[in-house]
Amino acid sequence: MSIDTTTVKKIARLARLDIEEARAEAMSAELSTIMGFVEQLQAVDVTGVEPLLSVSQATLPRRADVVTDGNYVDAILKNAPDKKQGFFVVPKVVG
Amino acid sequence: MTNLTTLTLTEAAAGIATKKFSSVEITQAHLDAIEQHNPALNAYITVAAEQALSAAAEADKTSSEGRLLHGLPLGIKDLFCTKDIRTTAASKILENYVPQYESTVTQNLLNHGAIFLGKLNLDEFAMGSANITSAYGVVKSPLKATGDTELCRVPGGSSGGSAAALAANLCLAATGTDTGGSIRQPAAFCGIVGIKPTYGRCSRWGIVAFASSLDQAGPMTKTVADAALMLEAMAGFDAKDSTSARHAVPNFRAAVGQSVKGLKIGIPKEYRPDGLSPEIAATWDKGIQQLKDAGAEIVNISLPHTQYALACYYIIAPAEASSNLARYDGVRYGVRVDNGGTLDDMYCATRAQGFGAEVQRRILIGTYVLSAGYYDAYYLRAQKVRALIARDFAEAFQKVDAILTPTAPSDAFKLGEKQDDPITMYLNDVFTVPASLAGVPAMSVPAGLSAQGLPLGLQVIGRMFDEETVLKVGAVLEGKI
Repeated sequence: MSIDTTTVKKIARLARLDIEEARAEAMSAELSTIMGFVEQLQAVDVTGVEPLLSVSQATLPRRADVVTDGNYVDAILKNAPDKKQGFFVVPKVVG
Repeated sequence: MTNLTTLTLTEAAAGIATKKFSSVEITQAHLDAIEQHNPALNAYITVAAEQALSAAAEADKTSSEGRLLHGLPLGIKDLFCTKDIRTTAASKILENYVPQYESTVTQNLLNHGAIFLGKLNLDEFAMGSANITSAYGVVKSPLKATGDTELCRVPGGSSGGSAAALAANLCLAATGTDTGGSIRQPAAFCGIVGIKPTYGRCSRWGIVAFASSLDQAGPMTKTVADAALMLEAMAGFDAKDSTSARHAVPNFRAAVGQSVKGLKIGIPKEYRPDGLSPEIAATWDKGIQQLKDAGAEIVNISLPHTQYALACYYIIAPAEASSNLARYDGVRYGVRVDNGGTLDDMYCATRAQGFGAEVQRRILIGTYVLSAGYYDAYYLRAQKVRALIARDFAEAFQKVDAILTPTAPSDAFKLGEKQDDPITMYLNDVFTVPASLAGVPAMSVPAGLSAQGLPLGLQVIGRMFDEETVLKVGAVLEGKI
């Protein structure tokens, strides 16, 4: 399975990663090596096998739908790169 | 006074309880050792000397009653969020991140009276097997092979800082995390003990996530008895982690020293491939003999899907990582790179500059195998193969009580080696990944030295939630081979 540079750029876009042309070429070779390695899984007979999503056997626990936490805006904003009046600030989204 | 940094955790606990020395004394001794040796090893990213000494002074004023780790200085892998102590995950993207909350595991340790010396280096976001992908520099193992003129060996990874710090006596014990071998392989390389508990045994809350269905925290220690002690303090149900197990925490310490007479130990033939290094095979054989001598029954078993485990892992782990790491977008915490463009431009620039090469590689692989048209062929298929691997272990554990294998396919290699392509590095985890996929507990115990004088580890794998048998078997192997 080879992954060409066009595909690398497409998935980099999906993953929100800027990638330079030269890097895309190197990455194409690296990713192709990895995908070539995992290709061996195609040889396993998985007919009738249910996928294993998690090894934890317990069903997900439930709790009452009530507020149990909160009221610490300052702690949440503490590490924000940019903040104003209790909000996170991001580059302008609408013109 | 004895050198306080060479004590085991268990010895140090007794020393503090009987007031042979104070927490301040043993904490200061470790801080001195860090100051002296850390510049060469780079095992710590952040040293929290002031907080440690003030916590130690507090500990000296209170009783050790009911606290397993009262006044004992530990190192914490820099993947655990620690309140008011910078937590980087060894990534540039978190270089300025100071958590406002404490992870459950570290809170459990604090509740047991532990003192945190600082935050230990690791591979970036725990992705690596040699501790060479950290944005804060490589970690060097304190151990030298015959003929090495300087420190040049990798400590293993991803918990490389934890393993190196322990081997150099820069902490009494350390936390690690293990997704595909990140506790066990560095433990083997540095000649220490490391246990990956059963998935769900230790809460994942507050640990920077890599691959959530695999990540598990565990202790890295000088002895098996220390591992039992520390695991008891770390483990337990936590409502804040939906995959945390509602199992009571047993008295793990009681398992250490118990007889293995009559226990059935499985030896899986798939872990002895044609190319297995003769010295690894010989160490394994000695371990088998040791258990036989102690009265255990050796049973040859088969785990038929072992050969597919690594490929399965390198789909599932990157897939989960690509999803988990989507949160680093420069908005709520961490580094932001704003080039004056749109919000989307900010995301793309932040992530491209914030993440290192290996992390980007895994995000891209994960994004690819989860993308439309490839999901069924790769991700879904890998989850089915994972089911087969888990079934292999379940069937084996109907016949045996524990499984013994080598931990890693080689001893510690030199910095710069095995970097030709990603797969060569990934192969380090060939013996550790299967137990991770199955969720079963597994421990690496120092089991001998290679021809060039470096430690080799053996891995003991147990049934789900049966760390006690793992500890019992490990204690028999420890220091006897």
